[in-house]
Amino acid sequence: MLTTDAGIDMDAALRESNVEDVLGELDAELIGLAPVKLRIRQISALLLVERLRAQMGLTTAPPCLHMCFTGRPGTGKTTVALRMAKMLHRLGYVRRGHLVVATRDDLVGQYVGHTAPKTKEMLQKAIGGVLFIDEAYYLHRAENERDYGPEAIEVLLQFMENRRDDLVVILAGYKDRMDSFFHSNPGMHSRIAHHVDFPDYTLDELMAIAELMARQQMYTFDEDSRAAFGEYLRLRAGQPHFANARSVRNAIDRIRLRQAVRLVEQGGRISGEELARIDAADIRQSRVFQGNSAAAAEASARSLL
Amino acid sequence: MRLTQGTFSFLPDLTDEQISSQLEYCLKNGWSINVEYTDCPHPRNSYWEMWNMPMFDIADPIAILAEIDACRRAHPHRYIKVNAYNSARGRETVALSFLVNRPAREPGFRLDRQEAGGRTIRYTLHSYATDKPEGERYGNS
Repeated sequence: MLTTDAGIDMDAALRESNVEDVLGELDAELIGLAPVKLRIRQISALLLVERLRAQMGLTTAPPCLHMCFTGRPGTGKTTVALRMAKMLHRLGYVRRGHLVVATRDDLVGQYVGHTAPKTKEMLQKAIGGVLFIDEAYYLHRAENERDYGPEAIEVLLQFMENRRDDLVVILAGYKDRMDSFFHSNPGMHSRIAHHVDFPDYTLDELMAIAELMARQQMYTFDEDSRAAFGEYLRLRAGQPHFANARSVRNAIDRIRLRQAVRLVEQGGRISGEELARIDAADIRQSRVFQGNSAAAAEASARSLL
Repeated sequence: MRLTQGTFSFLPDLTDEQISSQLEYCLKNGWSINVEYTDCPHPRNSYWEMWNMPMFDIADPIAILAEIDACRRAHPHRYIKVNAYNSARGRETVALSFLVNRPAREPGFRLDRQEAGGRTIRYTLHSYATDKPEGERYGNS
């Protein structure tokens, strides 16, 4: 039994929890997202202190950790949720640390009496871990009053309140639509303590993400291709359906295809360095550049008329 | 007379903690679990009532313990058992089955002897509890 005066070794507790590893990974593998990382650090610090307080006999109700992640597509919401599950597990807040991803289809039933058991089944799977509800606002369909969505929300709320030490619920989606979802479900809003907004990546951050992804797949950019990719990102970001890091990943996948075709056509002896290198030409073949030149050609043709 | 059916039935009744470790073992093996109840204790009674659907893809035993508790609350005076199903052979096969709840008073069985032709004796078991209609056998519900 510890006395209140004996004090407690914070460094030892920190080492023991391994939470620094997770936070370090988070810093190394996720680029940008400063507000998100800050909030995760706060939560991990709180949980650690909470644990030490419990050891000292200062008991409090466990903190409510249901969260809402808002942000545009490809800003890393799912990735962070996965990390969050791992971190909460290391800190002993959840027992398993697995992530169950659910969308409207997994929660809402098709006929009367189908929804509640379906939602409950999903929640049961998530017990001991994190339930991640992607595009949560689809649960509420304002235009259809006979929709079963509200029933799912009700079961969800009940679980979030009664079983809060058994699972963590993370809702995710676009900011404006999440806001209107909370507006029509104030009960949900009040049960979520942490609202984290994921900012869009800057071009520099996207470039760093591309470098990281290429490095993870054992590819390298050279000077020219780096410049070309920078230009690609600038053009692509201006186009519709730009999905931040997801677009970068897709772009890299397509670049790998082009690089492979180039190498096959080139034939002969190929060095390991060539197999790893991405050429500027692989990038500049992209439709983004052609689309741009076509649009430019069209514009100039119009100006001639 | 204490009913001995399923695994662990000759041991004292399992505590919730022990049940939880058994469930954990089942989940670790990838078995899916369901909860059943009955008030007909005959050993050849294989048709127990299902408590909800079998539970697949559960990660934590707490989720199943909660179901067991709900079943105990609804049927405090019935036998409740947990079955774990192994699907390794392409069909769900019972891998583990044990009782988690029993009525407070178990009247046991009577041995009936039937005289058949040629002085043959046929034996059969008769559960005293089943003399009453279903639902009234061990107190209400």
